[in-house]
Amino acid sequence: MGGRDTTLVLLDENGIRCDGRKVDEPRRIMIKAGGLKNADGSAYIEFGDNKILVGVFGPRDVHPKHMSNTDTGILRVRYHMEPFSVTERKNPAPSRREIEISKVIKEALEPAVMLDKFPRTAVDVFIEVLQADGGTRCAALSAASVALADAGIPMRDMVAACAAGKAADTIILDVNNEEDQAGQADMPIGYMPSLEKITLLQLDGVLTPAEYKKCVETGIHGCKIVYELQKKALTEKYFGNGEK
Amino acid sequence: MENKRKYVIPGDVITTGPYRPEQNVILDGNKIISTAIGISEIYDDSIKVIPLTGKYIPKIDDLVIGKVVSHTSLSWELDINSCYVGFLPAQDVFGRDFSAHADELSSKLKSGDLVAARIANFDRTRDPLVTIADRDLGKIDSGHLVKISPSKVPRLIGKRGTMIQTIEMATGAAITIGQNGWVVVSCETPEGLLKAKKAIQMVDEKAHVANLTDQVKEMLESKSES
Repeated sequence: MGGRDTTLVLLDENGIRCDGRKVDEPRRIMIKAGGLKNADGSAYIEFGDNKILVGVFGPRDVHPKHMSNTDTGILRVRYHMEPFSVTERKNPAPSRREIEISKVIKEALEPAVMLDKFPRTAVDVFIEVLQADGGTRCAALSAASVALADAGIPMRDMVAACAAGKAADTIILDVNNEEDQAGQADMPIGYMPSLEKITLLQLDGVLTPAEYKKCVETGIHGCKIVYELQKKALTEKYFGNGEK
Repeated sequence: MENKRKYVIPGDVITTGPYRPEQNVILDGNKIISTAIGISEIYDDSIKVIPLTGKYIPKIDDLVIGKVVSHTSLSWELDINSCYVGFLPAQDVFGRDFSAHADELSSKLKSGDLVAARIANFDRTRDPLVTIADRDLGKIDSGHLVKISPSKVPRLIGKRGTMIQTIEMATGAAITIGQNGWVVVSCETPEGLLKAKKAIQMVDEKAHVANLTDQVKEMLESKSES
């Protein structure tokens, strides 16, 4: 938020971005599975300066009852930003943007989870953004998928997410807050790495067909990096230090 | 048993080829993909994944420990640590000549009582029907309830019951394991009770470790010396 910094150089002549990264370099990512005792599954992710905590409950009874589906379980997602997650206090009531992100994350997870085994139940995913710095929906989606796996919800594949975009006429991987505000395009991508399928694709900005293609490829490359870290987080929790 | 065991997470391709997918795996083309975190086991013609996490899903003929949550005039509702409530009809307890007017359900089972029950019927269209009309089933009067993750119940029982026998022998406790992850321990001596509870919790925490039976044995013996 706030006014634009007109002196900000998004990409210098050496191909270094405003936060010191190369064009195809993601931010520092740390994922931890588990951590919350009362939730059935949980995960914590640090994605650059984003800090997000996810708790998963279920499968469990659906309340209100009329929402339940006799054919399949339902997935409910709440994405919420803490009032202190951004520089200026955010009203804790769900905003238009949070409702949208809850919906897109839910739809990005639905192809992966196999809830048809649990008719008349619900799986609830609670996403709390503790600190936001651009690209929270991707980070939240990646963490939600780890938390779902931690809860033991059957899944066809993990969902890894990463954004790609365009700033200073160059396709870049993992758009940060500054690049999102001042850049030309932002494209969050959710991807199932083993099935090689895209579950989320949004685009804010204008790209030529060639740029679009490159952007998707760059984003998928980022998703694969995230996937390796998701795998590592789950392996660490469940199998200790990888003794086979 | 010659099978390749591997740690897998959802989405991992276990192998390709003509295998029959069993528990927690799906077939995608000719790839066999895990749908859970767990240990994959490849048999001659089939593949399954033993999950390490997840809720209890009722299966017909499972022995479960349930807690009475409420009753109507015709049946009790049991919390069986699952996403569905167990349904215990009154005829099961009072016999065929049960009458909703004459018999008062709370005289036999009250809210909060623990019951050892068997899943009599369950399919995806309705809640699991449980029964206590069998030997060793019915109200549990004494003992301590220990809750473990349902996915670790097979580990607590061990191969042909070795793990549970080890614990029972070393502590002198009587242990009833519900497939839903609820375990009732009763023991004459408080030391035995505490030790048995500790051993059960140890299995819950270290379920993925190999040679766990030996470790549990070691723990039980080391404590008895001190």
